[in-house]
Amino acid sequence: MRITQGTFSFLPDLTDEQIARQVEHALAQGWAVSVEYTDDPHPRNVYWEMWGMPMFDLADPAGVLAEIRACRAAHPECYVKLNAFDSTRGFETMRLSFMVHRPRQEARFRLRREEGAGRLVHYTLERA
Amino acid sequence: MSGSFDLQAELRESGVREVLDELDRDLVGLVPVKTRIREIASLLVVEKARAALGVAGSKPSLHMCFTGNPGTGKTTVAMRMATILHRLGHVRKGHLVAVTRDDLVGQYIGHTAPKTKDVLKRAMGGVLFIDEAYYLYRPENERDYGQEAIEILMQVMENQREDLVVIFAGYRDRMDTFFRSNPGLGSRVAHNIDFPDYSVAELEVIADKMVATLGLELSAGARAALGDYLRLRREQPNFANARSVRNALDRARLRQARRLLERGRVDSAMLITLEAEDFLASRVFAAATSQPRSEEATC
Repeated sequence: MRITQGTFSFLPDLTDEQIARQVEHALAQGWAVSVEYTDDPHPRNVYWEMWGMPMFDLADPAGVLAEIRACRAAHPECYVKLNAFDSTRGFETMRLSFMVHRPRQEARFRLRREEGAGRLVHYTLERA
Repeated sequence: MSGSFDLQAELRESGVREVLDELDRDLVGLVPVKTRIREIASLLVVEKARAALGVAGSKPSLHMCFTGNPGTGKTTVAMRMATILHRLGHVRKGHLVAVTRDDLVGQYIGHTAPKTKDVLKRAMGGVLFIDEAYYLYRPENERDYGQEAIEILMQVMENQREDLVVIFAGYRDRMDTFFRSNPGLGSRVAHNIDFPDYSVAELEVIADKMVATLGLELSAGARAALGDYLRLRREQPNFANARSVRNALDRARLRQARRLLERGRVDSAMLITLEAEDFLASRVFAAATSQPRSEEATC
């Protein structure tokens, strides 16, 4: 099952060159870029592991690409994503976030039905 | 192989010629440095032609070492170098990140690598200028973290040659020792540019340029006094070439301001003119008269 999270996730995976162009854009906007990875891509898991500190004051995407490659090499069986944080007052939030690596064997999820009070049905996703 | 490439047109269009001309105009003296920069610019243009005609080899390694005494213009030239390399397409962004040992080396185990990598990432696409680079290596302390920074630096200089250019700067003798004790680093630095000390005549031209940018003028007496000052100051310890000239002018401005306040009423000519007495009050002259021998030596 293809995990779809973040921007561009319904497109084919971006090549490194395309990732570099996206980072270029983020840096041009003055956003701080960071790399995160996880082995638990559940849509409700917002706590991914940080791969090093967010990178500030960059001028060129080469440094970010190097970090992405290092993270992929260290965690080939994890999901890796790239975040771009906008610190402008009023935004102070993630402006761009997309996956840059997924494991060969993708995680599988199944839909679970649970019957609650008054025959009410709850649905939840769980790792298969 | 068909097709041809107009090297002169490339030089014109890239806008490098303006930077080179500016370099000639703005920087006094430094002939060997300017020659070397022109050579590097030519190399890059030829390299571009090779790429255009499809006979390109690998990108040349342009890591450099600037050696020379303080105030000889190493940082200024590094800044221009970044612009030239950018215009010729050797680096993508052309910014300069100037660092010293403190920015690269951490204070405890595990602190150095992230710090050095952070600086390298910031410098990517531009030029990393490491001032007083020999401080990175402290042979007297075998557990010094400088060695770790050097190793990371070396790795990136080799593997990401197209992403950044590293310029080391410092005094010549100490840089020589530094490269001798780190042969791996020395062999990766292809260009060694030596910055000569300025002659008194060159220092006077520099002073004229500085005075002009400050919007001031030198009276005839002040010009002579400044010349004498530079001749004396040059022989004294801690002489820092152009930086000493700047300091001398700054102190002269202070004395001028005090002199003008004591007078009470001034006109615009007095406000912009530095007089001989503003320079003659300097400590340098006092030291010279108390030691007549050194004055003889400079005459």
